Amino acid sequence: MSATFLGIPPFPEAAHEAVNDSRLRHNLRKATHTIRDKRASVVTELEDDWERLRSEGAAIKNHTLRHLDHYLEQLEASVERAGGHVHWAADAAEANAIVTRLVQATGETDVVKVKSMATQEIELNNALAEAGITAYETDLAELIVQLGDDLPSHILVPAIHLGRSQIREIFLDQMAEWGVPAPAGLTDDPRALAEAARVHLRERFLRTRTAISGANFAVADSGTLVVLESEGNGRMCLTLPETLISVVGIEKIVPTWADLEVFMQTLPRSSTGERMNPYTSTWTGVTPGDGPQEFHLVLLDNGRTDVLADTVGRQALRCIRCSACLNTCPVYERTGGHAYGSVYPGPIGAILTPQLRGMSSEVDEALPYASSLCGACYEVCPVAIDIPEVLVHLREEVAAGPGHLGEKAMMKGAEAVFGSSRALDAAQRAAGAARNLVPRHLPGMAGAWTDTRDLPDVPAESFRQWWNKHEKGQS
Amino acid sequence: MSTSRERVLARVRAALTDVPADEPVVRPVERPYADSHGMGDALEVLEDRLRDYKALVRRVPADRLAQEVADALERRGAKAVAVPDGIDADWFARTGAERRPDSRDRPLELRELDRVDGVVTACAVAIAETGTIVLDGGPDQGRRAITLVPDYHLCVVRAEQVVDGVPEAVRQLDPAQPLTWISGPSATSDIELNRVEGVHGPRTLEVLLVDPA
Ligand code: SF4
Repeated sequence: MSATFLGIPPFPEAAHEAVNDSRLRHNLRKATHTIRDKRASVVTELEDDWERLRSEGAAIKNHTLRHLDHYLEQLEASVERAGGHVHWAADAAEANAIVTRLVQATGETDVVKVKSMATQEIELNNALAEAGITAYETDLAELIVQLGDDLPSHILVPAIHLGRSQIREIFLDQMAEWGVPAPAGLTDDPRALAEAARVHLRERFLRTRTAISGANFAVADSGTLVVLESEGNGRMCLTLPETLISVVGIEKIVPTWADLEVFMQTLPRSSTGERMNPYTSTWTGVTPGDGPQEFHLVLLDNGRTDVLADTVGRQALRCIRCSACLNTCPVYERTGGHAYGSVYPGPIGAILTPQLRGMSSEVDEALPYASSLCGACYEVCPVAIDIPEVLVHLREEVAAGPGHLGEKAMMKGAEAVFGSSRALDAAQRAAGAARNLVPRHLPGMAGAWTDTRDLPDVPAESFRQWWNKHEKGQS
Repeated sequence: MSTSRERVLARVRAALTDVPADEPVVRPVERPYADSHGMGDALEVLEDRLRDYKALVRRVPADRLAQEVADALERRGAKAVAVPDGIDADWFARTGAERRPDSRDRPLELRELDRVDGVVTACAVAIAETGTIVLDGGPDQGRRAITLVPDYHLCVVRAEQVVDGVPEAVRQLDPAQPLTWISGPSATSDIELNRVEGVHGPRTLEVLLVDPA
């Protein structure tokens, strides 16, 4: 539980280590390719409608962001009308203090948690621990990560970097300390491991009276919060406890209930490649006699308004955290999530994290370079975030800042990922293939680089074709 | 508290100076996307999707429903089942299984829910294209907890409750009610991406799809 991203080296170094870890690379490759293929097939199934849903999703989110003050106030009024309480947190410290106070008011020292990136971002578990409150992660992967005192490495499959035998060892070593122990003869069969987790967690669900969650969406006109999940641990946390505290980034708002028509189609398909995730729960304030009888919504800024202020970078706030961009990213596939040194890994992490935190550290300055600008992330994004555009924009900012890393950083990043001999070639070819998305002359510091090395003409083949060939050539 | 509220709102407004003051806050509803994707007969598509999620499915004529409920509980070996107290009593005319009624006013204890052999409910709407069954907490569906804690959920879906796609379902649902969308049994893919059914929710979902008599 003490694990934190602080102290993780900047992307080039972290990536270099990760690329040399063959087990990690194997797991990542298998996972990202499996999800990627599933996604492609369920997206294709919707034919032309996919693009309409995608642009509608982008339009809804853009509209919401452009009137965020209005929708925040509307959401607040709707939630309170339905019997919930709304709290505002300008930063992580405030959010942690609010949640700690709310938990203390219940008199409980144990809380169950639904996987939530907002609470990871503010490092809520650590803050609660300091106040003597233990937060139990209940998502299977998060449980694995928590028991192993590790960090999540993927938005969707946080334990993607661990193999089944490692998971077995973690369960055998750690479960007893946290509650119901793992059965003595535990094998590394995924079924047996899942059963051990079921037994371990069920006991906890049945007796814990306070839960903490995030939300995928917050509907302004109805005051409804929405959580999509697979395992049912979310339903457990959202249903059984008496008090529910949800920490939700201010960008999670959609204006109307009807808007969910769009996202309930695009999010599951983009995320796990399923037509629909196994469970979705919605709740609007409190329902007497059903579910938590006390509900608190903590609205979190923590840098989001800084992102909002940047008219190019603002689009990053459209993100619905589906993780499709991670699964399609050639850089992520080789490095895994830890290398990004942030709760938000992969292409979205490379643009969101430095904007949320402000590019004041070496880690954050390196992130906009953690990409080949190939454009695959934009292609799959269900809300059409032009990640390459934002990357280039942020590189320009890094370059304009004092003590920038510039070309050296970029080449170090590319080298770490692609191997030194191919680094330049790969970066150039990839950038060329995405020329619809990237100006021919990159602005700022990167522009100086393109002055002496022309971006090649767009090859006849698509990036994907190129990448597939490139992949075959080396494995 | 109110100071943070004002601070966040002020920051939001300051960040949006590029947005013209007269830009309308309300978006015209256009819905350029389709309500359904022509995947075939809704009942057949639903059945196919449910099987895909490894749910058990049976198409049953309305006049055989009581027998099918009895058979399903028998196959499962379910001796005691939780039921929402507004459920149609006729469905249970042929089963010997004991019913434990639950309601918002008189809820079953959690530990008792954990011990029953299953739960039987109706649904609010079902979505064919995604194989989704939606519960809205109505009198024949009950509290959220009763379909969550037991390991077996037998759900009765009437043909007229089935819609093609997500948009129609969303329009029919009332956001004021607590909703649970179920698309197959609980599942995880967290361990080396192997799909394992059932970590927390019911591991077996059985659906009786009732054709009009
Ligand atoms: S940026 Fe787009 S593709 Fe990536 S996680 Fe967010 S919504 Fe998904």
